[in-house]
Amino acid sequence: MFESSPPSFGPPPYGFGRGPGSSFVDLLRRVAPENLPSAGLDSPATGAVEIVHGTTVLAVRYDGGVVMAGDRRATAGYTIANRRVEKVFAADDYSGVAIAGAAGPAVELVKLFQVQLEHYEKIEGEILSLEGKANQLGQLVRANLPAAMQGFVVVPLFAGYDDRRARGRVFSYDATGGKYEEADFQTNGSGGVHARNWIKAAWSEGMTRDDVVDLSLRALFAAADEDTATGGPDIVRGIFPTVAAISVSGFEAIPDDVIAARATALLGGREEGAGL
Amino acid sequence: MPFYVPPEQLMKDRADYARKNIARGRDLIACSAAEGIVIVTENQFRTLYKISEIYDRIAFGGVGKYNEFEMLRVGGVRQADLKGYQFSREDVNARSLANAYGQTLGQVFTHEMKPYEVEILLAEVGVTPTDDKLYHITYDGTVMDEEGCTVLGGRAETLSEGLGTRFEQGMEADAAIRLCVELLAGPDGSLGPAQLEVAILDRSRPRRAFRRIEGPELAEILAATTSS
Repeated sequence: MFESSPPSFGPPPYGFGRGPGSSFVDLLRRVAPENLPSAGLDSPATGAVEIVHGTTVLAVRYDGGVVMAGDRRATAGYTIANRRVEKVFAADDYSGVAIAGAAGPAVELVKLFQVQLEHYEKIEGEILSLEGKANQLGQLVRANLPAAMQGFVVVPLFAGYDDRRARGRVFSYDATGGKYEEADFQTNGSGGVHARNWIKAAWSEGMTRDDVVDLSLRALFAAADEDTATGGPDIVRGIFPTVAAISVSGFEAIPDDVIAARATALLGGREEGAGL
Repeated sequence: MPFYVPPEQLMKDRADYARKNIARGRDLIACSAAEGIVIVTENQFRTLYKISEIYDRIAFGGVGKYNEFEMLRVGGVRQADLKGYQFSREDVNARSLANAYGQTLGQVFTHEMKPYEVEILLAEVGVTPTDDKLYHITYDGTVMDEEGCTVLGGRAETLSEGLGTRFEQGMEADAAIRLCVELLAGPDGSLGPAQLEVAILDRSRPRRAFRRIEGPELAEILAATTSS
């Protein structure tokens, strides 16, 4: 596109007129559909492709915001494909997205979602509402449906701080892009059910951020204990879960050394029989 | 049956038309300071911006006809976001955008009935002030690569002279803002926070460098004028 015609800001697709308004996805669909995350993935499967999968992620509301966390393991069949995968991303300053499932399309989807939010913000001069962001993500998931039918399922968790309602909110999706708001927490991935049980038993209204960070770490331990595809804290290599908190002051990735200290303390407690 | 008009005359008429209308608006100054690139203009509107973010380290400024430079701004955001998505965020730079703006404005200037009545600033903040890039693009598509400071608008020559004698390489951002405001106000005038639009491409910010300076923060910076 850049070689064939001199870049122009006047006529569509760059300019106005029939232009795609403030949606980056529409712009991409118009000028470079081959760059959409699901492009090519809907062709009939002809051979076995080993897909890399991410596993357990979660989002938990607390008093003042929401915590998102994920383990670090990616698997391909029964092999560990990667030990240091990031599954929790900042979508923008006030929201985050966590992915489990087929890693390739999921990472592409997150990247497109991030650009979409920022693009809207720049063109319109204001940030989308949290509800608007959640709906946008649903549309991206739905666009991935043909690929999902081929096994490249991407169902993200979305969470953020809603400044209009002054609280943290958590959304989950199904493969058709259906959006479901969760009251207090949700998990996803192969170890998600174990993590969710743990959270369900221990969560209560009014927990602080630190309480919820600890709860998330414990829930990920529980998932790693029961699910082969979920990685537990790796003391030998110094790999710990990714944890982020989103509050009125924005998305904050909690530093690795803080998580390492918390996780080590919880493991210590476990030896004494107080943890898991 | 069209009359013959020599190209020289045609171009001159168009340039005069564009220049005259641009001069009716307010000027804009961008300076490369220690903390980043500061951009200052007179603007009484609170939401119709003349300065805005194009990409992580790149800002846009426009003077002249609002609807025309707004269309150019949107085009720039689209092109930058597309390029960053297709290649990498690091590959988006102000130089290639400046050239694209030059192409568009040049094309419109020679081929359309009426030239755009705008001048464009593209600023890209670097690691140090010497890495900063300031591109000044005029209504006819001329792209100029400026060092340290640039002025857009009808009074560009006079304001540049004032800047030339008082601007120092690597001066503090607050002092640079005060200098710009003083020059824009002229020898007899004064400008308050409500009449100004000020932004900075802050080189210390990790990804998105663009930040507006407004309200109490701007008032405080301007108030320091008397004491310094």
